[in-house]
Amino acid sequence: MIELQNVHKAFGDNKVLQGVNLTIQTGESMVIIGGSGTGKSVLLKSVLGLIKPDSGIIKLDGQDVATAERDAFLARFGMLFQGGALFDSLPVWQNVAFRLLRGSLKRPIEEARAIAIEKLRRVGLKSAVADLFPAELSGGMQKRVGLARAIAAEPEIIFFDEPTTGLDPIMAGVINELIREIVVEMGATAMTITHDMSSVRAIADKVAMLHDGIIQWTGPVAKLDDSGDPYLDQFIHGRAEGPIEAVR
Amino acid sequence: MTTLLFPVAAVGRTTLLILASIGQIAIYAGQTISHLFRPPFYFKEFIHAVMTIGYFSLPVVGMTAFFTGGALALQIYAGGARFNAEAVVPSIVAIGMARELGPVMGGLMVAARVASSIAAEIGTMKVTEQIDALVTLSTHPMKYLTVPRVLAATLAVPVLVAVGDLIGIMGGYVVGITRLDFNSSAYLHNTVDFLEFIDVFSGLVKGAAFGFIVALMGCYYGMNSGRGAQGVGKATKSAVVAASVLILASNYLLTELFFSA
Repeated sequence: MIELQNVHKAFGDNKVLQGVNLTIQTGESMVIIGGSGTGKSVLLKSVLGLIKPDSGIIKLDGQDVATAERDAFLARFGMLFQGGALFDSLPVWQNVAFRLLRGSLKRPIEEARAIAIEKLRRVGLKSAVADLFPAELSGGMQKRVGLARAIAAEPEIIFFDEPTTGLDPIMAGVINELIREIVVEMGATAMTITHDMSSVRAIADKVAMLHDGIIQWTGPVAKLDDSGDPYLDQFIHGRAEGPIEAVR
Repeated sequence: MTTLLFPVAAVGRTTLLILASIGQIAIYAGQTISHLFRPPFYFKEFIHAVMTIGYFSLPVVGMTAFFTGGALALQIYAGGARFNAEAVVPSIVAIGMARELGPVMGGLMVAARVASSIAAEIGTMKVTEQIDALVTLSTHPMKYLTVPRVLAATLAVPVLVAVGDLIGIMGGYVVGITRLDFNSSAYLHNTVDFLEFIDVFSGLVKGAAFGFIVALMGCYYGMNSGRGAQGVGKATKSAVVAASVLILASNYLLTELFFSA
């Protein structure tokens, strides 16, 4: 279980998180929505320790992540970055098996390659892709490789940062389905940030809306359309009029 | 009154910024050195860095050294002719290449080629979240990116300097034989007879120091790159400028250390 208690983070005068409280149960798929620049990525990176919150507590299974042993803590996570964040200098299979080629999860090279090819197959890519370099792949294929890398070490918790950004609707649908299948299949806890409502409906068990540095609304995805929250209604229907100020 | 203080405030701000940068680079250097001795070590990345920093810099360092040695021979001959000392050309070319021009020219060429490339590569990795990805994959970016490059450059640049010294001396020899009518055998004897261990050793130590500086500046500015193409461009430029200035400054300090009376 991931718990965020009164988390604050500011960059200079820009107060991004102003007291975020959120709980994600084990095995749950939580999707965090919100406009651009509302701090969704900051929130996600704060949980991973990539950004240090100014105040507040983030706990994983009851333990404060700030005091957790880093390697053991990170070994429980997989993450799909917005742009894939694949390592240009490594072929695809070494990207996927990165964690399996070094550190505490190190495996023999043949075994790591076999796992990488199996994970590539799981995300719908052929083994021929394994020896290509990331620059030789399309955007959709890079996302799939990123997804394969996120699940390669079979993590308990997977984070997805804007998984469908920059993809055409069909490819976005494919990635959404893959994410849902994989999360269910692995029984992993998932935290996704997006402003793509089709992703929300495909991936989420629960939804939280981040606005003005706090969680404005949270609830099951089934309640999304009749939440009664004017902020959420405006966001999910993409209206320019409403309590959220639209910058024109 | 406030308007009058603007220039003073600007000088103060700039001074503080420079001092802060020096402090941050010193801390980064200290962290890099401390990680050199703590596992895990990434041997494959180290070998890759040796190849890209050392082996692939050989052509540019070699060509620079050859033409520098040749020009040096012409200059010493022309200068020496003013007081009938043309015969010192071989020994001065050898000493000049080994002590100063080999390491400094080699260091500057490596700075131009390697510091820029490291800063651009790491800066792009930062901008495209590859550094964050490394962290989430339980890999310390300093251990994986900085340590192998700094260690490789510290070990490879002295070798480049040694090769550059030889090629530079050969450049002087070719010009001496073909343009200045030196006897081949006499030129070689004069080169070897006057060259001392300290001449070569000091140049190699300088090479190691310059290699450390070049890779450290590339990594530091890459890791602290701003956003977007402009941020990476600025980091690349800063890395080359800082590496070049530090090479020249440390060259003076090392020369003082080795040769001051």
